[in-house]
Order: sequence, then C-alpha cells, then structure tokens
Amino acid sequence: MDEQVPVKKVTGWRLFLKTILARAYPRVIGQQRDTSWMLFDVLMPFGSMVAYVLVYQAIGAPQEYVGFVVMGGAMTAFWMNILWSMSSQLYWEKETGNLGLYIAAPGSMMAILLGMALGGLVATTLRALVITVAGSLMFHVQYQIASFGQLFIVFVLEMVALYGMGMMLASLFLLLGREAWHMVNLAQEPVFLASGFYFPIKSFPFWVAAAASIIPLTLGMDAMRQLVFPSGFKIGFLTVGVEIAVLLVLSVTFLVAAKVLLAHMEKLAIREGRLTESRR
Amino acid sequence: MSASSPQPLPRSLSGQTWRSFRIATWLGWQIESNWTDPLLFAIYSIVKPLAGAAILVVMYGIITRGNFTNPLFPYIYLGNAFYIYVGGVMTGVSWAVVDDREHYRTLKYMYIAPIRIPVYLLGRGVARFITASIAVLISVVAGVLFLHVPVDPALANWPLFFLTLFLGVIMLALMGLLLAGVTLLIVRHEGFVGEATAGALFIFSGAIFPLDVLPAWLRPIGFAMPTTYWLELMRRALVGSVAQAFPTLSGINNLQLLGILVVLSVVFGVAGIFVFRICDRIARERGLIDRTTNY
Repeated sequence: MDEQVPVKKVTGWRLFLKTILARAYPRVIGQQRDTSWMLFDVLMPFGSMVAYVLVYQAIGAPQEYVGFVVMGGAMTAFWMNILWSMSSQLYWEKETGNLGLYIAAPGSMMAILLGMALGGLVATTLRALVITVAGSLMFHVQYQIASFGQLFIVFVLEMVALYGMGMMLASLFLLLGREAWHMVNLAQEPVFLASGFYFPIKSFPFWVAAAASIIPLTLGMDAMRQLVFPSGFKIGFLTVGVEIAVLLVLSVTFLVAAKVLLAHMEKLAIREGRLTESRR
Repeated sequence: MSASSPQPLPRSLSGQTWRSFRIATWLGWQIESNWTDPLLFAIYSIVKPLAGAAILVVMYGIITRGNFTNPLFPYIYLGNAFYIYVGGVMTGVSWAVVDDREHYRTLKYMYIAPIRIPVYLLGRGVARFITASIAVLISVVAGVLFLHVPVDPALANWPLFFLTLFLGVIMLALMGLLLAGVTLLIVRHEGFVGEATAGALFIFSGAIFPLDVLPAWLRPIGFAMPTTYWLELMRRALVGSVAQAFPTLSGINNLQLLGILVVLSVVFGVAGIFVFRICDRIARERGLIDRTTNY
C-alpha cells in the first residue's frame, strides 16, 4: 500500500500567493500545450487590423495612421481577453460547475481573480506581441520611442487598471444569466469606437473622449501613441503625465471596487442560492 | 382525451422540409430575442453594427477632413452596411451547431426528431437575417440622412436590389451550411469558424475598400468569392454610377455581374450541401453529434 505523503498546508499570504499562481498556471501552460489559439486569437484580430489598414491606404492616410491601427489591433487582444476570459469567466465557471468548488476551496476568491488576470495578461501579451511584430513588418511601421521609462509605466498601469476592471466586471457578471454572452458580445465594436482603437481619441469632442477614458485602454493607447510615433504628441488627447496620473487613479479604483463588489456579490449569491445555478 | 391533440406529422418530403424550417425559424427567433425585453433587444441589435460603421466614418472623416461627397465614401459605407448580412446569415446558420451541441446540448435530440437537419439549421439562421435586415436598414438610412450617402429612392434600381438581395441571402445561407458541416467536426474553437470566415471575406470581398488596394497576388481570391459581386451589385442597385466608377469591376455590366453571382452562388451552394453531407456522415460515424467540450 502506498504511503500517503503529507500535504504541507499553507495559510495567510502564502496561500494567497499560491492560489494566484495555481489559477494563472492553466492559462499560461495551456497556451503551450494547445497552440490552436494561434489560429483564432492572433489571426482574427490581425484580420480586422489588416482591413482597417487597407481602408486607410485606400483613402490615402499618412503612414503613421497605419501604425495607430497596428497598435489598436494588438490592444484588441487585451480587450477580448478582458471580455471573454475575465469579465465573463466567473459566469462560465458557474455554468460549468466550477464556481462552487472555487468558493468551497480555502483560497481567496480575490486571489483566484488575480491569478486569472496574471495568467491572462502573460498569455495575451504574447499574442499582442505577435500581432505587433507581424503588423509592423507587413506594413513597414516606423517607431521612434520618446521615453522607454514612461512607456513602461504607461503599459504597466494600463494593464493593472484594465485587469482590475476585468476583475470588477467578473463579479457583476455573476448576477447575469443568459444576458452575459450578449453583454460581452455588445461590448466589442462600441468600445473599439469609443476608445479609439483605430484612430486618435483626440478626434472626438473633449467630453466624449473624457467619458471614454473610463476604459483604461483609451488613455493607455493615447499615451503609448504619443510615446512611440514621431508626431504622436500632436494627436495626444492629454499630456502623457496627466494620462499616467489618471491611469494610476483608475488602477486603484478598479482594484478596490473589484474587492468590494466581489465580497458583495458572493454574499448575495450565497444568500439567494444562485452560486451554482445554471440558466441555459 | 386532451383538448389539444398532437398534429399528424407530414409524410411528404416538402411537408417535412417546410415544417423543419418553420419550427427552426420560430425557435431561432426565441433564442435570439427572448433573453431580454424588446427594447433592450432592439438596442442590442443595432448598436453593434452602427458602432462598426461609426469606426469607418470617423476614420474616413479624419483623413478626408469630412469630405463625405467623395465616391469612395458611399463605396465604403454601403459595403460595410450590407456586409452585416454576411456575418448575420452565414454565421447564424453555423452557430446553430455550437449553440445546440455545446450550450443547450439538444443537438442529439434534433437528430432523432422527425426533421431535416440541414433545413433546420437554415431555419435557425432566419432570426439573424431579420436582425441583420433591421441593422442594415438603420445603417443605410442613417448614412443617407446624416452623411450624404447618395441613395435616391427614385433613382435606385429596386428590381436589381431585391433580386440581388434574394440571391445573396440564399448564397450566404448555403455557405453557412458548409461552415456548419465543418463546425460539426471541430473539437475546439468551433464557435470562431463562422467569425473567422466572415473576417476573411471582409478583406477579400472588397467590402470596405476596392480590391485594387490588395496586393496583386491576393486579388484572385477576391475575384473567386461570390460576396465580391454581390456587394458590388448591391451598391450599384442603390447608387448606380457612383459605384461603377471604381476600376475593379468597372468593365463588367450589371447583367454580367448577376451572371457571375449566380454561377458562383450555385458552385458555393452545391459545395455547401455536399460538404455538409460528408461532415454530417463523419460526425455520426465518430459520435460527434452529442460531444461537449466546455471549451
């Protein structure tokens, strides 16, 4: 008979960290084991990007606009990841019966959400990188980086705010039934429009652009365009410094809101007995 | 005996076909629309395509500084508007396989029911055709009212428009059937087959830019697609000479375009039916009809 190996139990912050890693693990490793994602997760955003680049070429746009589209195409991968693999993830987990197991496990739900975010971020960064490199080579996009430091800060804050938003939405989506799929579906083109995925957000009236800035990608992309394209500063909505400050505020706000909402929704779902409910 | 005794099943092939189509259409409409109240559903149905059109309008407006009178604008705008049908009808038919097998897990019951499966799947696409029609109508009307898209109802060639629309919808539905067959055999990502195909056709059909913009070695793909000629005819039916100004298909008159569209539609339609039959047989042999992956 096999001897049972005692499991070393962890608690506190060690459990929190292990939960994050455990939830991130399948997202990162799964990507290496099943490479079919290359076909759909890269080619589909890439296809949209190519179509918009060709529109700009048809109407004789300056070459920099092609660069804007390539960047927008790469950032599409992050938004799709937020919608399909963060916001609606707990809803899918409920549908497939995993959510009850998450709740019953000793790990914190916040750590599970952070793990989802970390794993999704790593995997999606790789996809976005592939799209950027392929798009830049195909359409001869020229970059001229004004400040590596600021670019790094903008990207990190943009991702923290974006995935914080995804964590917050994940809690809200727990309350949805069949509407979840439709809501996620609806949040694609309107957000591509409002956040200026394929054109500078400065083209909108100030208050429209300001309202769209609630989505971290809006200011994140605007700042990155200012930092990586030679005349990017001409099309900036706000200065890079202000955009960094707003992204910082959004990061903190979304993370705190995610924690508060998660606790609230968990209580609500337990009280109403809807944690394991599946409404097909 | 109950008050509502069951109706006898139709014995003739045409009776079965019509019954399958009618019930599938009703079911498709219920699935598409009854998840929310009618107002929200209406908003949902038109916001997405209008936002897609608005992206192009803003891009065009920035570069041309609002010169919406250039013939290129109606070319882009109308091509994008009618392309809503491609995503709606073609993807609608193939999506029914994903919906029934993976989500509702009822595909196996459909297979043992006295219905004709290809007709059932085509019927499921009708709901998307209806919502797509509303979105197209609103897009075109908004373009005419606010963006100077030169559609004059008195000058439009309505017989050509409705004939082309009819042919196109049949063609797209049968292409959807082809994708539905492929979807039956795919383990993962089956939900993306329709979207990926619609995305590829978006580039190769000259929907939002003339095919001349594509590299020369890619253009033959566009010329082999029925959607290229369908979109061109839809534009010509509504804005006539404006659409004919572009060099890509300017040497071909409407009748010739219609002939090419009919021939290519028949080719793709026959291929759709043939591929579906093969895939359907393989799926039955391999036991894929009731497979779920949770992927």
